[in-house]
Formats: sequence, C-alpha cells, structure tokens
Amino acid sequence: MSGCMTLWVPMDSAAKALGADDVVAAIAAEAAQRGVAVTIRRNGTRGMIWLEPLVEMEIDGIRHGFGPMTPADVPTLFDDAARHPLALGPVDDLDWMRRQTRLTFARCGVIEPLLLADYQAHGGLLGLKRALEMTGAEVVAEITASGLRGRGGAGFPTGVKWQTVHDAPGTCKYIVCNADEGDSGTFADRMIMEGDPFSLVEGMAIAGLGVGAAKGFVYLRSEYPDAIRVMREAVRIARAEGLLGDSVLGSDRAFDIDIRVGAGAYVCGEETSLLNSLEGKRGVVRAKPPLPALAGLFGRPTVVNNVISLATVPVILERGAQHYADFGLGRSRGTVTLQIAGNVKRGGLFETAFGISLGAVVDDLAGGTASGRPVKAVQVGGPLGAYMPREKFDTALGYEEFDAVGGLVGHAGIVVFDDSADMLAMARFAMEFCAVESCGKCTPCRIGAVRGVETIDRIAGGDDAAIPLLTDLCETMKDGSLCALGGFTPYPVMSALTHFPEDFQRRHEAAE
Amino acid sequence: MTPSSPPASEIAADEIAAIIKAHLDIDGPLLPILHALQAAFGHVPPSAHASLAQALNITRAELHGVISFYHDFRAAPAGRQVLKICRAEACQAVGSTALAARTLGRLGLDWHGTTANGALTVEPVYCLGLCACGPAVMIGDRVVGRVDDARMDALLAEAGA
Ligand SMILES: Cc1cc2nc3c(=O)[nH]c(=O)nc-3n(C[C@H](O)[C@H](O)[C@H](O)COP(=O)(O)O)c2cc1C
Ligand code: SF4
Ligand code: FES
Repeated sequence: MSGCMTLWVPMDSAAKALGADDVVAAIAAEAAQRGVAVTIRRNGTRGMIWLEPLVEMEIDGIRHGFGPMTPADVPTLFDDAARHPLALGPVDDLDWMRRQTRLTFARCGVIEPLLLADYQAHGGLLGLKRALEMTGAEVVAEITASGLRGRGGAGFPTGVKWQTVHDAPGTCKYIVCNADEGDSGTFADRMIMEGDPFSLVEGMAIAGLGVGAAKGFVYLRSEYPDAIRVMREAVRIARAEGLLGDSVLGSDRAFDIDIRVGAGAYVCGEETSLLNSLEGKRGVVRAKPPLPALAGLFGRPTVVNNVISLATVPVILERGAQHYADFGLGRSRGTVTLQIAGNVKRGGLFETAFGISLGAVVDDLAGGTASGRPVKAVQVGGPLGAYMPREKFDTALGYEEFDAVGGLVGHAGIVVFDDSADMLAMARFAMEFCAVESCGKCTPCRIGAVRGVETIDRIAGGDDAAIPLLTDLCETMKDGSLCALGGFTPYPVMSALTHFPEDFQRRHEAAE
Repeated sequence: MTPSSPPASEIAADEIAAIIKAHLDIDGPLLPILHALQAAFGHVPPSAHASLAQALNITRAELHGVISFYHDFRAAPAGRQVLKICRAEACQAVGSTALAARTLGRLGLDWHGTTANGALTVEPVYCLGLCACGPAVMIGDRVVGRVDDARMDALLAEAGA
C-alpha cells in the first residue's frame, strides 16, 4: 500500500454500539506503526447493520466494503486488502444497496454528515434554492402533488396539513419536527439525523417558506445523545453558513431552528402532547379540535411533521413532485423507509417504493431469523401495531393495504420474532407499556391498561373466563381513548390472542 | 459523562439561579432548564423548585406536576453511572428479557435500583434506536449493541458495580 489511504468508518450510533470507535483506534494505531498515512473519514451508516462496523476503503475512487470489522481484523487491511477475509467488494454493488430506491437516504452513509460542502456536492440545497424562487402556495402545491404522507404514523397527507397552516391567519407560525421516535423497531429518524442532518434542516426551511413560518423546533428524544450532538452542530454550521438565520441563502426570508430535548415520555411523540412538552407543560394529549395546524405551539398555526416526512421534502423539490409520485402503490406514493429489526439475519434500513410484500421483506431482505428458527410473528408499526402471522405475509406495504388486514404501517418498523416468542407475554408487555406511558387523561387507557395486565395474568394462571374480559376491555380502550396509545394498544393484544390462541391456552394446561 | 452529584446542602443557590437565568429568554424554557439542572447536579434539586416556580411564574404544584410527568428527571442523584437496558419489543425478540433479569438478579436490584456501593443505577428504557443490533444498552452516553451475558459482565465490572 502506498500513498495516502482513505478509509471511512461510520459514526452512526448503531455502528458505535458494535465497536466502530475501537476499529478507528485500531486503524490509527496500525497506520502509525507501519508509518502509513491514513485519512479516516466518519460517515453515517449505509443501513446494513449486520455488517457494522462497515469499513470502506477508497480504491481508484471506488469505495470497497469490509465488515463486520473488529480491531483484530484491522492489520490485514493494510496488506492485500482485496484478499481480506471480510472484503465485500464495492459497496454500491452490494445486493442490499442495488435493490433500493434511495431518495430520502441517498446521501446517508455516503457523505460526511457535518460537511456542508459534501452535502451540496450530492444534491443538497438544490431543493431549497428552487423553493426560494417559488411562492409559498407553489411550494405547498408541489408537496401536495408528490403525494407525500406523514411518515410518523398516521399517514396524513403532508400537503393538506401545510395548506391549512399556509391559509391560517397570522404571521407567527411554527414548523415542529417530531423527532421523538419512540416506536420499538424504528431508527430511520436517528439514522438520518446522524448521517445526513442537513437534509432535515433543509426540509424544515422549505416547510417554513411554504407555510410562512420563520421558526422551527426539533423535539428530539433524550435517548439519542449522538443525534442530539449532530443536529445541534448541524444547526450551528447552518447558521454560520447563512443557510439559517435572518436571510436564508441570501434571500429576504428568515428561518431558524432550535433543537429541544425530550425527557423520556413515549406519549410525547403524539403531536399535541409534544407541543405541550415544548411549551414546558406536562405532556398530556390535547383534545382536537383545535387542530395544531390552526392552534398549535403557543396557540399559533403549526406544522408538526415527522423527521422522515421533512427530510424527504428536499428531494421532492429538487427532482419535482412527479418524480416522487411515480414510485409507490395506490394512495401510498413514493418510498417507504423500512427498518428491519429484531430476530433477523440481516437487519437495517431499506428504502424502497411502497408495494413490496411483508413476506419479501422478512424472508428475502431480512433473510429470516438470526436464530435460524422459523418466523412466528412480525410486529409492524411499533408498539401499537398488530402482530402479523405468516398467513398475512402477502400483504403489500401500503397504508390502505395494511389497514385492510387490521395492521398499521406506522413508522415502518418491522420487528421479527422466532418461534420461541411467547405471544401472551408480548400481549402483557403491550398493556404494561401502555400503563407505564399513559398520559393519564382518559380512564380506559390509564386504568384499562393496568386491568389489562391483571387480566392477562389471570389467563396465564389458567383462568379461561378472563379471555372474554380481555376482549371487552380492548373494545372499551379502542372506543374510549382520546389518542392512539390507549386506542391502538388493543391491536397488538388482540392480534396476539387471535392469531396465536395456543399461547393463551398452553398456560391453562400447564396449570392443571 | 458522569454527572457530579454533590449532596443537596452543597448545591449553591447562585449556581441554580445562573442556570435558570441563562434560559429565560427562550420560548418554553422549563424543560431546557430542568435538563440543565440535572446535567449540573445529577438530579433536579428540590431546593431549586421555589426559585424556578417564581422565575417562570407558575405554582410549585404545577412545577411538581411537570417534573413528575417525565421519566428522565430525578429528585435525588443516581449512582455514579446509569445503565439503561432496552426492554422494548425488538430487543425482546433477541433475548433482552432474560438479559435484564439476569443482570438485575446478579446485582440484587429491581429496576431503578442503585448498587450498595453507589456505582450503578439500572433503569429500563423503551428503545434506543438500536433495534437491528439488540439487545441494546446505554451506559452513560455510550451505546452498546448485541449485549450478551459476557458483555454485560464486562460492562458491570468496568462500572465497578
Ligand atoms: C402515542 C403516540 C406516539 C407517537 N409517536 C410519534 C413519534 O415518535 N414520532 C412521530 O413522528 N410521530 C409520532 N406519533 C404521531 C404524531 O402524533 C403525528 O401524527 C406525527 O408527528 C405527524 O407527522 P407526520 O404527518 O409527518 O407523520 C405518535 C402518535 C401517538 C398517538
Ligand atoms: S389514550 Fe392514554 S395516552 Fe392517549 S390521551 Fe388518553 S390517557 Fe393519554
Ligand atoms: S427495541 Fe431495543 S433498541 Fe429499539
């Protein structure tokens, strides 16, 4: 090896959790010992978490991957790299990368997250520049035409929400980014904030231009210290470079962003609870109406959008609404950022057009379970999503398609369980989680969830009579809850009971 | 990052006042102030309540309502390190329930408990965004994935628990 060697090692927290920083230290030590000049650049993750830490080496301008690396695998990198036992070849040619449609995540893992020049060299700021030449109404119309729907859970059309805020009277309006990402099995928000933070900054600025807001807040969960650091730094750089501030990119438009940190409450991901929390109140859910779009933060018209919704806005403005709308299925336009998690051989982020079947994700992309045992159930859409048995694996990823089978796309987290999973225990956990995280406003949620845990414990103890009680309780929670925490907890519970009745019966036999 | 946790008596009123004052210009200052107090003292000192309530023009009952709503804020210092073990579904799918039970059992603790030597507090957490490499834990600000029993034992030993 001669000349200067350039290596990329992700600074994404999943890569770090698997030892990326130790690999960086080993590279530096080995290079020093050999007297070789090495440039170590830190990128985000490509999303192939099973290959992390994934080291990339530039060879003739092409990035070759090596992974999953440990410090012990580092020295041989300096010998004949092509023959390294962990050599994967050019990263862009890997099956996982080639099969994706990366629109929102195009830069993630490719660039240095906090280098604005890198960001611009890969298409960054083109969307914002275009938006600056349009009226607010035209920006909103572009988002409406793209068919983008909220990626935070509810799938509400983003353009419709923006239009409401645009049309609302008043000059003080806000853009609030929901970066609370509390759903188990989801990490797309974290990945993009750590791997391509300027896409979110740019998306929020475009939203501000669209609806006429000059101030944005990112409400970022405290469980993400790395993402908090990166986003704060990104905002600081954006201000220094004139991307944020009184004159966005030299225009007569102002926009600025504050990063605010949550405090460990799942329910604060619900938009009205989030707004209360930002205002410094208890994170109790507000009754709607009024819509946040009309009376949101501090009573002002407010756009509340998920990280992925907002980070997708720049590419829509850059390439045009039609380009985005050309992907997808039915009323689910564009791409879905699947997060494949739990007991899987290959876990990570996979961005693809809506329409892929759940079975293709689980069996093909994920490669089945890590344990090698049969897949028993898949929970899609976070802790409020239903458990899907194999019989439902032909369901296509799309909002309406999942709704039709009692499921939820939500934030597109896909959590796979093998046949050792105890579905009664999972149902009990869903109730327990609801009890821990309930904001306390409605009785069916606050009390019902506690009763739910007790009722499931009775079933576990062999009391069959408790099964109809559980069903009734779920009906009450569904009908009598103000938000989806109490209203949707019945989905994981009832799907476990309906599709895996044997797990609720077995105890009975054991008890006899 | 280990927050220093001086006993309540040593917490200087002027330091509290300075933290509060530094945030009064922003919109919705309460959560940022609570985070800053906790970062400085390892907990939200009850001795800060009166001046905080006064500065923000809210009642002490309202303030208590806010502090107690959020899982993050502590009324008393934790151990020198806080270990958060993910209890959520994706980690359960790869054995986090057994890992947590074994860890708590080994330390003789329940959730939220602190070891007798004050080295470590163990907290549940519901997802760290490391769901493709669980079981996941966080110790201080450091995240660790694919934690098995041996890895956990090493972390506990490092923390002096
Ligand atoms: C209990 C609960 C938790 C939620 N958590 C989140 C979250 O962590 N992130 C998010 O973007 N949306 C979350 N939502 C959905 C939000 O209320 C809201 O629909 C979303 O932020 C709107 O943005 P979008 O249209 O871009 O998806 C949650 C909803 C509920 C009921
Ligand atoms: S359903 Fe639960 S979390 Fe939602 S508003 Fe009611 S009590 Fe609060
Ligand atoms: S479920 Fe444990 S990190 Fe997400």
